[in-house]
Amino acid sequence: MQRIGVFVCWCGSNIAGTVDVVKVAEALKNEPGVVHSANYQYMCSQAGQELIKQAIKEHNLTGIVVCSCSPRMHEQTFRKTAAAAGLNPYMVEIANIREQCSWIHKDMAEGTEKAIVLGRTAIAKVNLNAPLTPGESPVTKRALVIGGGIAGIQTALDIADAGFEVDIVEKKPTIGGKMAQIDKTFPTLDCAACILTPKMVDVAQHEKIKIYSYSEVVDVKGFVGNFDVTIKRKARYVKEDVCTGCGLCTEKCPMKKVPNDFNLGMDNKRAIYIPFAQAVPKVATIDADYCNMLKNGKCGVCAKVCTANAIDYTQKDEFVEEKYGAIVAATGFNPISMDKFDEYAYSQSKDVITSLEFERLMNAAGPTAGKLLRPSDGKHPHTLVFVQCVGSRCASCAEKGKEYCSKICCMYTAKHAMLTRDKYPDTDVYVFYIDVRTPGKQFDEFYRRAVEEYGVHYIKGMVGKVSPEGEKLIVQGSDLIANKQLKIEADLVVLAAAIEPDKSARPLATMLTASMDTNDFFTEAHPKLRPVESPTAGVFLSGACQGPKDFPETVSQAGAAASKVIGLLSKDKLTGNPCVAHSDEMMCNGCSSCEKVCPYGAITYADKEFRGPNRTTLIRRVAQVNEAICQGCGCCTVACPSGAMDLKGFASKQIMAEVDAICK
Amino acid sequence: MENKQNVCNEIIRRSGVNPRKCMKCGKCSGTCPAYDEMEYHPHQFVYMVETGDIEPLLKSKSIYRCLSCFACIDRCPRGVEPAKIVEAVRLEVVRQQGNNHLKPNDLPEMLDVDLPQQAIVSAFRKYTK
Repeated sequence: MQRIGVFVCWCGSNIAGTVDVVKVAEALKNEPGVVHSANYQYMCSQAGQELIKQAIKEHNLTGIVVCSCSPRMHEQTFRKTAAAAGLNPYMVEIANIREQCSWIHKDMAEGTEKAIVLGRTAIAKVNLNAPLTPGESPVTKRALVIGGGIAGIQTALDIADAGFEVDIVEKKPTIGGKMAQIDKTFPTLDCAACILTPKMVDVAQHEKIKIYSYSEVVDVKGFVGNFDVTIKRKARYVKEDVCTGCGLCTEKCPMKKVPNDFNLGMDNKRAIYIPFAQAVPKVATIDADYCNMLKNGKCGVCAKVCTANAIDYTQKDEFVEEKYGAIVAATGFNPISMDKFDEYAYSQSKDVITSLEFERLMNAAGPTAGKLLRPSDGKHPHTLVFVQCVGSRCASCAEKGKEYCSKICCMYTAKHAMLTRDKYPDTDVYVFYIDVRTPGKQFDEFYRRAVEEYGVHYIKGMVGKVSPEGEKLIVQGSDLIANKQLKIEADLVVLAAAIEPDKSARPLATMLTASMDTNDFFTEAHPKLRPVESPTAGVFLSGACQGPKDFPETVSQAGAAASKVIGLLSKDKLTGNPCVAHSDEMMCNGCSSCEKVCPYGAITYADKEFRGPNRTTLIRRVAQVNEAICQGCGCCTVACPSGAMDLKGFASKQIMAEVDAICK
Repeated sequence: MENKQNVCNEIIRRSGVNPRKCMKCGKCSGTCPAYDEMEYHPHQFVYMVETGDIEPLLKSKSIYRCLSCFACIDRCPRGVEPAKIVEAVRLEVVRQQGNNHLKPNDLPEMLDVDLPQQAIVSAFRKYTK
């Protein structure tokens, strides 16, 4: 028989405001096994913990129940308290009478009644608890960063500088991501490439970093400290280690009409290409959808001109398997599609563009060599209209836009407006806004400069429609302060499109068993206190895959994610979770049901000899659990038809005892 | 005052629109093809119903200027549906009980040779006290 102590916490007024804690402690005193029951204002405080330690010693307790907040908050605290008093930490159970009770009830009587039931339930479980000892697992001292944008680059550099091996997997032929496409950064107006490309070179030259470009993660197995990852290296039809990046092939390729995705389709590239001058790795890639040689075997110009013999038309996708201790998701964002916003005439007129397209138009390496020219006729635009919140803060139309604020658009629109007025003082620039949001260092000052020094016309209101008429675009919108409807004859309209997580994030989250929100942003382990960790152990988050953010925020988060990875990789062993599955070999019938449902591959089968009746021996096939791999999810215990599988710490009989206690 | 609020509540109930969802972006008024014909514009309808400032709307000709083209409903990013509010205000005027909206003396001027007898009878039934 256990000797159980019950400790009811007030949590100040958080619990005591809605639950009669004295009554709860009193009621639980008479439960089977309970020899001591107390209540205290803050059980988690030093004094509260002392109270528990003393009671364990004084009453010779073999198990304790703490009626307090969610086990996610303080289970670890009380386990350590118990351990310090010489009690096995797995003899501690938490009854959550705060989140599941006081916070959701208003009526004291009801709250108290439920708290008693929850306490009784935990007591019923402790009565069947057994001491458990966690095992240990080794840590593979290598990290994987998925995504080679500024987030992935910074995370990889920080991890590598601490002395650990890092691999970057990037699906495009080069690292650099969105930042490589952007012209200037706000609010300092630094040239984005000038600050990004040195980091790209650092990555390329770092002896601890390996880049898998034009590659994707296709499978992830294992668990924290021991991930097995399969990486697909897509065929680029160019030998990466041989190509010198001279670019001769990209000039001679006769296939000239391939939309250039780096410039968002505003100009063309060849079928063999290097995305941009500072690409890392600087290696050519053949676009198999357009290459004549690959499509019908007629051409071969690139192979002929290549002095390094790097072209290989027979290359196939390769699969590489690697082991990692930690994985960082840095999959980034994309602007949403403008196809559904017909009112802005994006699909009708070439002169209605998105802000990212505007970046390319302003960039010296862009389709117009940095001259601001209309995509339709190459003429210099005189009147520009910027429309903010296109698809952001859009609650009614889930299929069209996004409910959240995309955060970066106010600032980059101010930047675009300012740069336009700076370079081309002959222009009129209008910005339609709902709210101008500029929280950040030097941000509001920057926006005010656009208005006050550069004379950008900010109009409080939204554009209702854009209609192409001849060479002009008629922009109809409201000016709410003047209480007028405006019609502006514009030459160029720029839409600040909402941003969304990259499409690769969802399948990746499934592989990593990492959770996501309804918008497909990765969820953090705690929104305030663990912002760079996924709830899945060993998986970390960097950059815009977790939520919209600008460069400084992305770089900060990238560094924070790296420090968490370093913290993990610097350990030699990880203490496991002792609440793992266990198979009763006498009951196991070898059906393989558990093996099929195990998401971690922790179950294997072995033929074992058993004593049969009349001194015979039987060979039977039985399940065996690898405790280092098992994560204690419990799938196998549900799947097992004979009841042989059970979970330590959450045994079926314990769960049943809890249910019985609730239903009593 | 209380009556004004009751009218607003009735308009909100009848239209099924929650004016609190409005984030004051003005896209409805930016999109409205009848904007110049209106004294009060779609976004003002939403705001004035929300704040209980209903009298000016009931008296204004703006309620008859809305074309019910529903462009504002289609483009509102918050799903507020301003045209439904305009319609509900219009109904509030049209449906007012006990008012003599159609006087027999006014009728000769309005007569049209193509107007069927039934329409006149029906109009009298609806709009005359």
